[in-house]
This record gives sequence, C-alpha cells and structure tokens, in this order.
Amino acid sequence: MKIQTERILEIEGLKKVYDGKPVLNGVDLTIHRGEVAVVIGPSGCGKTTLLKCINGLETHQEGVVRFGGKILGDGGLKWTLARQKIGMVFQSYDLFPHMTVMDNVMLGPVQVQKRPAAEVREQALELLERVGLSDRQKDFPRQLSGGQKQRIAIVRALCMNPELMLFDEVTASLDPEMVREVLDVMLGLARQGMTMLIVTHEMEFAKAAADRVIFMDEGVITEESEAREFFKSPRTERAKRFLNTFYFD
Amino acid sequence: MQNSGFDVLLSLNNMRRLMQGLGVTLEIALISVMISIFLGVVYGLIMTTKNRAVYGLCRLYLEAFRIIPILVWLFLLFFGSALAFGSDLDGLLVSVIVFSMWGTAEMGDIVRGAVQSIPIHQRQSAEALGLRRIQVYRHVIIPQAVRRFVPAAINLVTRMIKTTSLVVFVGVTEILRVGKQIIEFNMMKNPMASFWIYAFIFIIYFILCYPISKFSKRLEAKWEC
Amino acid sequence: MAFNWDFIIKFLPNYGMATLLTIRLAAFGILLSVLLGVSCSLVLYFRVRVVGAIVRGYIELSRNTPLLIQLFFLYYGIPKLGILISSHACAIIGLTFLGGGYMAEAFRSGLESVSKAQLESGLSIGLNSFQMTRFVIFPQALSVAVPALGANCIFLIKETSVMSIIAIQDLMSLTKELIGMYYNTVETLTILVICYLLLLLPVSFLFLFIERRLRYAEFGL
Repeated sequence: MKIQTERILEIEGLKKVYDGKPVLNGVDLTIHRGEVAVVIGPSGCGKTTLLKCINGLETHQEGVVRFGGKILGDGGLKWTLARQKIGMVFQSYDLFPHMTVMDNVMLGPVQVQKRPAAEVREQALELLERVGLSDRQKDFPRQLSGGQKQRIAIVRALCMNPELMLFDEVTASLDPEMVREVLDVMLGLARQGMTMLIVTHEMEFAKAAADRVIFMDEGVITEESEAREFFKSPRTERAKRFLNTFYFD
Repeated sequence: MQNSGFDVLLSLNNMRRLMQGLGVTLEIALISVMISIFLGVVYGLIMTTKNRAVYGLCRLYLEAFRIIPILVWLFLLFFGSALAFGSDLDGLLVSVIVFSMWGTAEMGDIVRGAVQSIPIHQRQSAEALGLRRIQVYRHVIIPQAVRRFVPAAINLVTRMIKTTSLVVFVGVTEILRVGKQIIEFNMMKNPMASFWIYAFIFIIYFILCYPISKFSKRLEAKWEC
Repeated sequence: MAFNWDFIIKFLPNYGMATLLTIRLAAFGILLSVLLGVSCSLVLYFRVRVVGAIVRGYIELSRNTPLLIQLFFLYYGIPKLGILISSHACAIIGLTFLGGGYMAEAFRSGLESVSKAQLESGLSIGLNSFQMTRFVIFPQALSVAVPALGANCIFLIKETSVMSIIAIQDLMSLTKELIGMYYNTVETLTILVICYLLLLLPVSFLFLFIERRLRYAEFGL
C-alpha cells in the first residue's frame, strides 16, 4: 500500500436522482494524490454517473465534491477550471471527427489554457510518441482503429496536464485484441504516479493496476478495500457473486 | 377620421368572392395531388428498378422539375400550347397538368426513398422465414415504407398548395386575382384596402398550410423507430 | 419551323441583363438568409427564452406561406402604412424572409445532430459554451447541414422567378414581354429555359461536389 498523501478528491454524501429514480444514493469517497482506484460493479449501479458528477457533466442534488480542497460547482471552483485539471476518457472515444489527431489534442491546451501552440505541439508529439502513435498526427479519427482512437483520447486528456484522470469503461467497446494496447498505456500512467479513477470490467487489469478497489451497487459504495485483498476474499456476498460471473469454472 | 379600411374584409360579398378564389386554388391543388399520388406510386416503384437506363430516364424527369422553376414550366405549357394548338389552353388545365407532372416526380421520389430506406436485412430475414416475394412486400416492406411515405407526402401537399399561388401568372382567377379586383374596385373610397386584403390572403395561406405541415411533423415523430 | 437566330442575337443582351439581375437578387437573398438562419438556429439550439418563441413563430410563418403572397403583402400592402420600399429591396427582403426560415431549419437539424457524447467530450477538456459552438458543434453541424443548404439555395434561386410580379425586370417578365410583342414563342421559351439551366446547374453541381468532399472528410467514429 502506498503512503497516504494529500487528499485530491473528496466526495461526501453524493446523491443524484434521475427521472425520479435514485442513481447515486449517498456516495462517500476519498482519493489521494498518486492513487489508482478502480470502480467496479454491475451495470446500472451508478459508476458512470459518479465519474460524470466529478467533472460536472452531470449535476448532483445533494452532497459535495471537493477537488484539491475546493468545492466544485455552484459558487465554488468553476467547472471550466476544474475540467482543466480533471481529464476524462470515455467509452466511445468521442474524438472530434472533423479535426486531425493533432488538432484534437491541441484544442484544449491552446483554446482553453491559452498556451503557446508551439509548446503544446511539442508536448503532444511527446505524448503521442509515448502511446506509439506519433506517425498518425495528421490523420483524421475515421482513419484510426478503435484502440488507436482511444489512445489518442487519452493523449487529448493528458495534454491538459491534469492532476486526476477519470476513465469510463474505456475498453468496453474495443475488439479484444485492441484492449491490451489501451490498458498498457493506462498501466504506464499508473506506474508514473498519475492519480486515476477507473471504471472498468477488466478484472485482470484491475488486479494489476489498482491500489484500491471500490465496489458499487445500487448507487452506493458497498465495499472498499486494497486490490489484492478484494479479489482474494471479497467481504460482501454481493461482491462475491459479481466476481463469480467473470469465471466459468 | 380616416377610414382604417378594415371594413373591406367585413363585406360579406368580398369575403364570399375571396373564398371562391381560394376554392379555385384548392381545387387545382387537390386534383393535382390526387393524380400525383396515383402516378407517383407507379413512377416511384419503376424508379426502384435495377435497370440503369430506366432509372436514368426517370431521374432525368425528376431533375428537370427540380432544376427548372415551376413557373417556367407553367410558361412553357401555357405559351407552348398556344403555339401548338393555335389558341390558349385554359390556364386552369395548364396548371393542373404542370402540378400533376411535378407532383408525380416528387411523389415518386418519396415512394422510391421509402422503399429503398428499408434495410436489406429486413428483406433477408423475411425471406429466411420462407415468405414468398409478394408476402415479403405485403407484410414487411410496405408497412414500413408507408410510415416513411405518408409524412413526406403530406409535406409535399403543403408545398403544392403554396406553389398553386403561381397560377395567377397564367390568368386563373384565384384568390390573389380576386383580391386585386376588390382592391381596384375600392381604390377611391378605400385606399387601405390593399394592406388588409393582402394581409388576409397571407394569413389564409398560413392557416391552410400550418396545420398540415404540423400534422406531417407529428406523424413523422410518432413513427420514427 | 426555323429558329429565328436574328431574334435571339438581338435580344441576347436583354437576357444577359435579366439573368445578372436574378443572380444579384438571389445572391443577396441567400447571403442574408444564411445570416438570419444561423442566428435563428442558435437561438433555438440554446433555448433563449422569449426570443425563441418569436423565432419559432417566424419560422412557421415563413415556411407556411408562399413567397408570391409575401411579396404582394410587402410591395402592395406595407406601403399603405407609410413605409415605402423599392422593388429591389422588396425582392431581397422577401427572399430573406422566406429563406431565413428554411435556412434556420437546416442549421437547427445540423446542430441537433451533434451527439451528446461530443458535447461531453468538449466539456471535459474545459471548453466554454462559445468555444464549444465555435470548435466542436458548428463545424460538425455545418457538414451535416450542407445538403439541406444546397437544396435551399437552389430553391431560393428558383423562387426568384416570381419577382416580375413586383415590377422586377427578370427573365419571366422579359419572356412575357417578348412573346406579347413578337410572337417568337419557341425562341423566347428556349432561351428562358437555357438561362435558368445556366443559372442553376452550376450551383447544383457545386453542392454535389462539396457534399462528396465532405463525406470523405467526416465521421467514421
């Protein structure tokens, strides 16, 4: 277990109702700087909503989200500012189809952060190099495979120099042979000490990368433990059953 | 006090004449729509052919009406008929012919689009069930195609009603011409008449077309799958 | 029947003038329609409250009445209120009133075709709503709207054919005049059709070309 450092994200009593149905039902969660936390749980348990509440893509009704000690949203830290420090990668990549790879990556840093284009380009190239795609900078998204698109989406988020990265089932719509190339990139990030909150169904990846596993069910966190411990002996019956669905024997 | 001129619309006689004029417009639209639907379905089904020459010819006919303004077509038939037969063909008849020809082209394209919009696997899964060709059409293709055809066809009807306003150019006594006559008749005692009459005709067209286009939009939304 | 070439040559300059006039009116009308349409579509897209209702009313009014009737009201009706408008101004205002509604619908459906995921993606890198519109929403909306925009442009050019009704010396009024004076019906009508083809075919092909180019450049998510 890593040494406990500064708390980067604190969530208290988060509640969200959607169409009269509670999606998040009082979530408490703290993430420390440099930590890799993996959120797992059955579909519809509120994992994606939780991530979207952290960068304000969804609004919550009750509770607070603090980032670096500041409350996010109304009256607190502005979303446009918070989003520069919180990167997010989506299941469906969602690159901008009308822009080249390089333009996709440079849009945020240049337009939002107003950084000089030359400097951003240099950093972007470095990041593209790191994910093995520096030769694709002039391509359009439609010319890339799913795995390549997803790696670009990660670079697009990284180029903003975020302090926290959110990953929302980023391998869920990829062909099996492309899952690995994306997970490798994420594993690399984890080893470099990037703070990450990851929603995934890749149990082997969670085992390898996670410091902590967070199990969600019906809008609440029902179990939270060190990764190795969680996979060896989950405490709750629900988590046990959930893990069993991944094995055929 | 100066006369506001609104009373020109309150005259029962004027109103009756305007409505008669409107009736002529609607009659042209209605007859043309009927003919267009009938011929359009035939034309549209022909257009789904795989024969390139037949398709090309059909396409040419359609594009001719899309590129050349309807008013030009009205002129062609109106003045052309005078040349061919030595005397003017009745403006009403010319209008019905032109609108039917145009309507057939557009209606046909809607039919073609509706039939071809049905995904190939719909046909294939029907065939896989052992349905015969006619059954495939009857139970699978046509019910789905109708849902795409009807809203677009209704929308075309509003376009045709709006376009029938052009018949005034070939001497048909419709609402606009009647309006003009009323205005001229009242020129001296009611100079404001043209404002009210034209405002009235404007509103009438809106009242006529708005519900129909709204209805078509609603159908489209309802049937969207 | 022999074609009367002398007649054609004699009146060719008149046809040229009339065609140019049509081009000028249509160009202004289309340009202003696009501006009006973009503004209206953005008002609708961002659900601006009171203005939104007005815009919606305007769009319905412009799309559900014929240009001919709009022009009659503008040219013969409005002046009775003491507002005098020249026939050229009338033509452009009428065309813009009509076209604005159609353009607004074209842009609006383009805007709405941009997926929620794209918006979230843009938001997640901190774009504000102006930057979102400028870099993410509008470029994608535009490429989706191109076919409708092309159809609208051709529609508006064709609609200029009714302008003779408000004393504009266009191709239709020239045709009518020449037939009335000289009875050279075949020649007159032939040139009329040729002029409209020259006017409309290039526009039609231009948009076909743009559409094809765009189809290569876009999407494939």
